[in-house]
Amino acid sequence: MSDYPKDLKYTRDHEWARAAGASVKVGLTSFAVKQLGDVVMVELTLKVGDTIEEGAPFGTVESVKAVSEMFSPVTGTVKEINAKLNEDPELLNQDCYGEGWVMVVEAKDGALSDLMDAAAYTEFVASAE
Amino acid sequence: MTADASLRRTPIHDSHVRLGGRMVPFAGWEMPVQYEGVTAEHHAVRTACGLFDVSHMGELEMRGQYAGAVVNYLVTNDTSQLEVGQALYTCACNARGTILDDLIVYRAGDERYLIVCNASNRDKMSEVFRKAAEDHCDFEDVSDRTALVALQGPRAFDVLDRAGADASRLRDLKSFHFRDAVVANVKTTAARTGYTGEDGVEIFCAWEDAASLWDRLLELGKDIGLKPAGLGARDTLRLEARLSLYGNEIDETTNPIEAGLGWVVKMDKGDFVGRDALEGVKGAKLARRMVGFEMTGRGIARHGYVLRDAQGNDVGVCTSGSPGPTVGKNIGLGYLPAPMAAVGTPFLVDCRGKNVDAVVVKTPFYKAKKADKG
Repeated sequence: MSDYPKDLKYTRDHEWARAAGASVKVGLTSFAVKQLGDVVMVELTLKVGDTIEEGAPFGTVESVKAVSEMFSPVTGTVKEINAKLNEDPELLNQDCYGEGWVMVVEAKDGALSDLMDAAAYTEFVASAE
Repeated sequence: MTADASLRRTPIHDSHVRLGGRMVPFAGWEMPVQYEGVTAEHHAVRTACGLFDVSHMGELEMRGQYAGAVVNYLVTNDTSQLEVGQALYTCACNARGTILDDLIVYRAGDERYLIVCNASNRDKMSEVFRKAAEDHCDFEDVSDRTALVALQGPRAFDVLDRAGADASRLRDLKSFHFRDAVVANVKTTAARTGYTGEDGVEIFCAWEDAASLWDRLLELGKDIGLKPAGLGARDTLRLEARLSLYGNEIDETTNPIEAGLGWVVKMDKGDFVGRDALEGVKGAKLARRMVGFEMTGRGIARHGYVLRDAQGNDVGVCTSGSPGPTVGKNIGLGYLPAPMAAVGTPFLVDCRGKNVDAVVVKTPFYKAKKADKG
């Protein structure tokens, strides 16, 4: 099984979160992307400036075969959206922890304590398989 | 993926796992949905060739003096004109004229017919044919000992060239014809049929020989681009070719006429199950029609999505939809009211709460360039 980056936190819905101060970058894990297959469309239901609750859906990612919802790992205000995914949704397949990031949220309280670390997520994925 | 003990495995299961196939439940079977990826496998079939394991499909045999008459009574197409070694696509309907299954009927001998049905309908069709055979001919469900692999794509026959002299001569088979052939040292029956819109063959063999045939073909075709292809690619390929999928475009609530399968209903062949009902359908105005469409807005239609007219009224349903990797557009099939079925008619698809623009287009979405299928 793949190695999940140690500096990230993970949700049970297979999003990752990278905190830099109050700023939290959000994306999908390699496990999620692999399950989806070839990603052909990423669509966010919110825009920069919108507020989002932890656990709330914020968009969908579609592969050739499937549609999957994305859920926010944090509560806060959307600061940035990766517009590149509009044109190149396959960035998610190619580099889900880098170029394929989905959005940046200014976290309300900055706490990602409820999320899993890489070791816990690895175990979580193994038990789901 | 949790292994489900109730799911059946094809004889090629171990090879799928070894090749990195992602195994999913399908019609009671554990089947590979993809290996390296749906898109790559799709393109391999369009530009070189792909190998599919379709051993889950059902195979029924009817034998005896009256086998031909019984088969012809159960299906909508006319099988009475089939020569030995010839096959025919058809529907089987119920008395209401709606579709029990779509089938290929192979005339294997003067008094012997092989019927291939969908895996999801195997039990139902097995019962239909068994009952109809009673007192008239012999019936046997040979699904459990019959494996089936499909070798599809423009380079399919280049692979067969390497699979022995007999296999090499399969090039001469005409479309919808079949014969016994030794392929890669395995005794098979090979038919020039498929479900991808490409040229190629579907190869029947004994259950115990299938893994060896599969492994050997992949090895022989490796350097000419042969790839194992899963159910995912099979679905996008058949959709581009506008081939119906049972459970999506057709089922027991749809009749062949509205589904665009009127060409397999032969009213002049004599009596058959569903004939009266279908005569009624043909005599009346069709309420709805199967159409092919393209998304002109940003969205992908999926099975079950509601179709709306320009005013926003619910008027139909999408039966299949996905990106078409070869046509490079998001495409779909669905039922629309007959007055809206003309090519060029704009309508809307409800993509999870958002109305996205679509337009009726000509089908098939994709047609293979070289039609040298005999």
